[in-house]
Amino acid sequence: MATLQIREALNQAMCEEMERDQNVFIMGEEVAQYNGAYKVTQGMLKKFGDKRVIDTPITEAGFAGIGIGAAMVGLRPIVEMMTWNFAILAFDQIMNNAAKLHYMSAGQFKIPIVFRGPNGPAHMLGAQHSQALESMLAHVPGLIVMTPSNPYDAKGLMKSAIRSDNPVIFLESELMYGQKGEVPDEEYLIPIGKGDVKRAGADVTIIAWTKMVAVALQAADELAKEGISAEVIDPRTIRPLDEDLILESVRKTNRCVIVEDSWPFASVGTEIAHRIHTKAFDDLDAPVEKINAADIPMPYANNLEQEALPNAAKVVAAVKKVLYR
Amino acid sequence: MANAAVKELKEAKKPRWKDLNLSDDALIEMYKKMLTIRRFEERAAQEYGKGKIGGFCHLYIGQEAVGVGAISALREDDYIFTAYRDHGQAIARGMDVKPAMAELFGKATGCSSGIGGSMHFFDAERHFMGGYGIVGGHPPLAAGTAFATKYQGKDSVTICFFGEASSNQGVFHETLNMAMLWKLPVIFICENNWYGMGTAIERASAGGDLYDKAAGYHMDRAAVDGMDVVATYRAVTEAVQRARANSTPTMLEARTYRFRGHSMSDPGTYRSKDEVEEYKKSDPIVTFGAELIAFGIMTQEKIDALDAEIKQSVQEAVDFADNSPEPPLDMLHKNVYA
Ligand SMILES: Cc1ncc(C[n+]2csc(CCOP(=O)(O)OP(=O)(O)O)c2C)c(N)n1
Ligand SMILES: [Mg+2]
Repeated sequence: MATLQIREALNQAMCEEMERDQNVFIMGEEVAQYNGAYKVTQGMLKKFGDKRVIDTPITEAGFAGIGIGAAMVGLRPIVEMMTWNFAILAFDQIMNNAAKLHYMSAGQFKIPIVFRGPNGPAHMLGAQHSQALESMLAHVPGLIVMTPSNPYDAKGLMKSAIRSDNPVIFLESELMYGQKGEVPDEEYLIPIGKGDVKRAGADVTIIAWTKMVAVALQAADELAKEGISAEVIDPRTIRPLDEDLILESVRKTNRCVIVEDSWPFASVGTEIAHRIHTKAFDDLDAPVEKINAADIPMPYANNLEQEALPNAAKVVAAVKKVLYR
Repeated sequence: MANAAVKELKEAKKPRWKDLNLSDDALIEMYKKMLTIRRFEERAAQEYGKGKIGGFCHLYIGQEAVGVGAISALREDDYIFTAYRDHGQAIARGMDVKPAMAELFGKATGCSSGIGGSMHFFDAERHFMGGYGIVGGHPPLAAGTAFATKYQGKDSVTICFFGEASSNQGVFHETLNMAMLWKLPVIFICENNWYGMGTAIERASAGGDLYDKAAGYHMDRAAVDGMDVVATYRAVTEAVQRARANSTPTMLEARTYRFRGHSMSDPGTYRSKDEVEEYKKSDPIVTFGAELIAFGIMTQEKIDALDAEIKQSVQEAVDFADNSPEPPLDMLHKNVYA
């Protein structure tokens, strides 16, 4: 076992897949000579050369589309978006082309492409640089949406993403790239659509992904001190969703809180809560609670930003609400 | 401007602003604005290091002549848009350093009440229409205010600053097309500092001179020495006259250089120290100061006194920002809707 940062785990996954398959290449802003804005592509230019590790101009819509076109005829591009805030310029390509080509052509074309980069609020970056976009992306049939919360998951999910014959949206976090964890030396893949129990518990299920897993675990620690046993579930893949794992946990605990740093309106949590309410209605002892970021563009000032974001105290309060404590 | 050239002009008793209707006071004001931006940002860098300022902070140091030269050519009823590297243009437009510094500190007294931050300065009263964080996202807005003033029968113009790397974005070209098609009174000022983050222009832009990107639209276009405040003033003045008289757009490429990193966390390995030092030799503030002294408009003593005065005002701005309250928590949900 090696201890790796998330950025290193992602780097390993991409390098291994590029060694395995000549059709895999990566492009994006600053990925080559600068070694990545967040150093996820560190050393890749040196290893694979500029044919396969390609710096692009700041033209998100353009290079997203070039990636999709290349995927139509058999290449397997990894497209790095410096952050998902900038990928908004490429949503036309992602939603109208990548997501729909296989269907519109009645299966004549596959689009094996990965769009990856950091998503969600970072710290004091203000309104245009701090947004969690997973629900907008997961809304689109034809896309797979993944989001890892630790180095092990990051590597295993990334390898599956690159080998998938479908467009994969891979959501990372600026604030998590340095987070460390153990990664096996031997090869492994994490199947698409398989969630994970990050902490077992009996009294309440807390569902969270990416940065919010740490918040959920911190809340679970706090709750344990008060004798409340929380189970923390990380779906890891948002679309397709590991519904079985979620329902199994809720059927055991009878209570559920969902934590996300995206906006509350039509969020991924809204969908999960709906599924729990309709499919495990008789098992619930309380309505599912959701903790979200405030329903506002993210303000710059530190005090307002902290107020706007989910934290362990807010999760603890929501858990107590579903426990009627 | 090179020393030898200044000497020649001086001997001929011919300052190059002779035909520009610039009073001594106006020239001194331009110098003062540039120096204010420089001192403000040097201090901002220090305060960033102390953790008083968060997030991304992009400094304008080295590029002051572009913002000051261009904005000095405007009337009060004209409009200004720029990207995230926006402190300089805001100060050039007359924003006081206090609300500017307070915004960086995320305080309620900031020019955007601490909500915007470094990248999103706004000052509606001065028609400073904002700093924008998405590369290439704001040029169409500038064409939009130009559209509106024309629509309303006014002769105001709009200036849009943006980095050279932004000119690769599709929406930039969409904007040029419509600005020309509809004859909008907008002046696009590309601040060519030769790098977009760590990528040199020749690795990101095909084709030759950057201003020629406007050629496909048959738009008036030119390159200007963006290290020279007078040259920039002259070029923008001409473009503004065209825009006011004939309602036509112009694309200017101001050739400049940023002396600091892209933002505060930039190792700068993509360019050589020699290159940076070479550009520092044409520091727009030093060269213009020398020229003003050469023509007797300023003296070294006056410059030193002005510098001390500016440093004092920046110190007061830091104290003001430090002592200002954070935005109240009830700001959180305010202004999502009008
Ligand atoms: C659409 C988009 N893509 C990427 C970024 C990240 N980014 C911020 S500034 C920048 C470089 C822009 O360079 P240029 O336009 O030349 O302006 P300069 O910073 O040199 O003033 C990049 C890549 C962004 N803010 N927006
Ligand atoms: Mg630039």
